[in-house]
Formats: sequence, structure tokens, C-alpha cells
Amino acid sequence: MYDEPKFLTAGDRAMVVELGDSISPETNRRVHGLVRAIEDRGLPGIVDLVPTYRSLLVLYNPLLSSFDGLRETVASLDSEAADAGKEEPNVVDVPTVYGGEHGPDLDFVAEHNGLSPDEVVEIHSGADYPVYMLGFTPGFPYLGGMSEKLHTPRLATPRTVTPGGSVGIAEAQTGVYPVQSPGGWRIIGRTPLALFDPEREPPSLLNAGDVVRFVPVPDDGSHQFPDAVSP
Amino acid sequence: MSDPTLEIVSPGLLTTVQDRGRYGYQRFGVPVSGAMDEFALRAANLLVGNDQSAACLEMTVLGPTARFLRDARIAVTGGDLTANLNGEPLPRWQAVDVARDSELGFRNMRDGMRAYLAVAGGIDVPLVMGSRSTYLPSGIGGFDGRALAAGDVVSAFPADTAGPARRLPRGYEPPAYGSHHEIRVVMGPQADAFGQDAIDVLLGSTFTISLDSDRMGYRLEGAEVSHATGPDIVSDGNAPGAIQVPGSGVPTVLLADRGTTGGYTKIATAISADLGKLAQAVPAQTVSLTAVDLDEAAAASRERESVLAAIALGIDDRVTIAVDGNAVEVVDADGGALTSPGADGTGTSVVTASVESDGRTYELEVEVARRGWSG
Repeated sequence: MYDEPKFLTAGDRAMVVELGDSISPETNRRVHGLVRAIEDRGLPGIVDLVPTYRSLLVLYNPLLSSFDGLRETVASLDSEAADAGKEEPNVVDVPTVYGGEHGPDLDFVAEHNGLSPDEVVEIHSGADYPVYMLGFTPGFPYLGGMSEKLHTPRLATPRTVTPGGSVGIAEAQTGVYPVQSPGGWRIIGRTPLALFDPEREPPSLLNAGDVVRFVPVPDDGSHQFPDAVSP
Repeated sequence: MSDPTLEIVSPGLLTTVQDRGRYGYQRFGVPVSGAMDEFALRAANLLVGNDQSAACLEMTVLGPTARFLRDARIAVTGGDLTANLNGEPLPRWQAVDVARDSELGFRNMRDGMRAYLAVAGGIDVPLVMGSRSTYLPSGIGGFDGRALAAGDVVSAFPADTAGPARRLPRGYEPPAYGSHHEIRVVMGPQADAFGQDAIDVLLGSTFTISLDSDRMGYRLEGAEVSHATGPDIVSDGNAPGAIQVPGSGVPTVLLADRGTTGGYTKIATAISADLGKLAQAVPAQTVSLTAVDLDEAAAASRERESVLAAIALGIDDRVTIAVDGNAVEVVDADGGALTSPGADGTGTSVVTASVESDGRTYELEVEVARRGWSG
């Protein structure tokens, strides 16, 4: 993590505020603290904010704001936000049916790591996963914090359809497909939660900065799984 | 309550509903989308008296054939796709009042590749996350999240089109796009991942626009832009116009439908004033890039805004003159708008106006001053 943010030009209406050059929970928390500080201040000319692992993209209207002016304000907000201390993250429970038809790769993940399927479920549902950022597809959370015991390579041939709500593992990452999409992740379970719904406000159940906990639930046939939003 | 306005007879190659884009949701991974040529969309809207951010149809390469189900005021801007109305050439970059049952058609692509159809009132599709733009890959927004198809009926909000239409500022020539495109860029955010040799290649080469370019981005083929350090970074946000360079060394300019985040180094970023021009560049045409600083980029933006402001002012600042307390209509000697700028573009013009009141005609000379427009 950098002591002072770096400010990078990203064209004439965007600025990258870089707070570090690697993935860490501390740097990411600082990114989200900065988002809150900018929103609380209600800076004029801010068009959009895109928080990522270790930086924040600030889109601004150059007719109302300038790179130099923003740099100064954001630098002072960053140091104020650091002084204000951490806010407790919002914890979101994600009920998950592990294995069976909803988690076709659970056995592979277990075998690959020399574990039993039950142990995989126990380890996967026993951790807190910070939502570092959302991206890739609408509502897709990039989660940190998965145990090394569960690292598993991607499928050699991606599936053409992975159902919405699928919970998967790819290398050192775990995540949830918000909507039906093609994908190469190892699918170990599925949540009935609709992570993303364009008609809902906000459309995404998860915000960057939240913490996810996967909660095992039995597959008793009572779950309504989200249908695909996209074709 | 909006009215059925247009029936799509044939949809053309790719016709979608777009506005100025979906902001505020990129943090959830929702791309901005919106018009590829934002200037053309805003101008079309202003010409028909709409808010600049109203929804229009974006038509690509081959325009649609569409029948009007009611009288409407329309404007077609952007690329020249040879618009015609009932078989007669339709003037571009100006408002046209069309009668019910008229048929709008397009023949071939003559200059540029994306045209915009504004209808007074604005296209009525539901607002999704604050925007009417279509994001095709996820089926979000627009007309049922998809491109228009034959048989679709498109509605527009009601509009008051009784008054005279706005016009382009006199002396202003709408853009001609041509086949070679010079695009200005600001270096960064990750220019320092490249050596001076790579930057020289980027700024000194003529690139060909790849055939697999689309609303997401334009791939620039030709000389390879190689990294001094690696091509990968910890994913960060993608600004509009960002030029990412993956390991292949093929630069890609990220456009309206770009993903919100990406893990490739971004060597430079096209300036916002030139993004519309790039959006009109046709695959297989050529592009060269020139580096400018933020001041120059800002000047280019202000110039565009002044054109749009001039269109917006063109008729909305109609002069009201009252005689004995009664408002009277003022027209210039040709019967046209009173507030056209001087032909010399200096911003001031003197027009002769006739004022009618109680059957008597008064001749007036009116000086019209205009701010912000410098030709």
C-alpha cells in the first residue's frame, strides 16, 4: 500500500487514484473508505466512481471539475478517511446448496485437494470473503480470502452455460455467477439469491466492500433459483 | 403517455435504442453503454427540441426501414447512411417534420457508420438503472434489451412541435468522417509500463481497424506495441477511450460497451471530443494517434460544447416583443428564426424583423448577441 495516493490521467474525464500495486484487504478497505468520503462530500462534477482492488477510477465532467483540483481534494479526503478509521463491513449471508446437481464439481475439488466433499463445504463456508470489487459481468463479485486448501484449476473446456447463482472456484478465487453465463469455474454449489436484478434498486445484492459468508442449506427442493437475466 | 410512432419494417444491421449512457452503476459491473457517437446523438436531440440526453435510435452500417404511425418531427445525424423519406433524400443534421405513413429508409453507407434518429419527445422505453440505453451482451435496457426487429413498434413521448425547429449554427459544417481518422490521446494511466520505443510506435504508426471491432472496442492492427514491463496489472477501472495493450501488443480502444474493469495495461486514452469520430471509423479504415495534454483536450471539449450550446440557443432564445401588453410574433425578413448567428461567426448579427400587431406591420432592426459560439 502506498503512503500517498498516485494520481494517473485516464483521458480528459477520468482519473485513476491508485492506493497500492497489489491485492490486500487493507488497501481495498482504503479504496472503499475513499468512495464513501467522496460521496459524503458531494463533490461537484463527479460522474461515476469505479472502485477496484487497489485503485479508484473517478469519472468527472471536465467542464465542472479539473484534474488538478480533483487531485488536491481527493488527496485530502484520502488522508481524512484514513484518520477516521475503519467502518464495520456489511456482512451478507449467501445460502448455498452444495454438491449434487447444483454443484457438479464438488467431488473434483475434493479429490484434487485430498479432502472429502464435506470438508470442502466446511472450509468454503467457514471463511469470510471480502468483496474486493464487482465487474466482469454485471453483479459479479471478486472475492478474496479463500483457503489455500481449496485452490483448483479451471475446467480445461469451459461450460457453455453456467446457471445464475452458481458458486465456483477458479485457481485461488471463489465467486458466484450472478446471471447465467458461459464459464470455466469449478461449480461446487448454487445459491437461490438473485445477486443481480436490473429492475431492483440497487440492482446488485453485493456492494464492493461487503463481506460474504456462504451458509450451507439442504437441497430440500424448496429453493427457487434465479432464472437467467441474459439470453 | 407516449404514442406508437415508428413501425420497424426491416431493422437494418444493428439498430438499438441509446441515450447518453448508464452512469452510477459501474461499481456493480454494469457497463455505461449509450451512444457510440455522443455528439451526434446530442445534436439530433437538440435539433428536434429534446433534452440532450433523450433516447434515440442508433443505426449501424445499414439503416432500418420504418413507417411513421403519426406525424413527427425528426432529425438524422451522425454517419451518412443515405437516409431517405418516401424515396427522396432526407437532409441530415436538420429537423424535418414528417407526416403519418411516411417511410424512412436508408440505402448504403457513404460516410461514417453510425447514424442517429431523434424523434421529438424522445424514444420511450423503460428507464433501467437510470438510462434507456441498450447493453446487448446482458440484455439490459433499451427495447426489451435487444436490437430492433421487423414488426417492432417504437413509441416516442409527446412533444410540442408547433414552433419553428432549431437549426445548426449558420456557418457550422457538420462533421465529415472520411477514411483516415486522426485521434488525439492523453498518455496514461499506465504509459510507464512501456518504453519510449513503444510509445513512438503507438504515436508514429498508421493502424488498421480490425474487422472484429464493435461497440465494446476497436482493435488497432499494424505495428506491435510492446511492453517494457508485463502486460498485466491488478485489474482497475476502464475509462472511456482507454487504449489497453494486452500481451499480443495489439492496442484496443475501449468504447461504449467496454467492461467496467480490466487487467491489461492502458498506455493512453482517447480524448472525449474524438470518441465520436472514432465511433464513425469503419473497420478496415485507418487510424493514427497524436498525444495532447489535458489543456488541449479540454479546449476540444469546449469547442464541441459550444456547437451544442449554439444549437440549443438557436431558437429557445426567441425574442418576445409586446405591443400594448400583447405578445407579438417576430420573424426575420426571410421568415426564419430571429436568433441565427452572424454568417461571419463572430456571434453578433443584426436582423431585420417585421412585427405585426392589430393588422399593422412594424419594421424593426434587432441585434442578436450570442455567447459561447466562436464559429
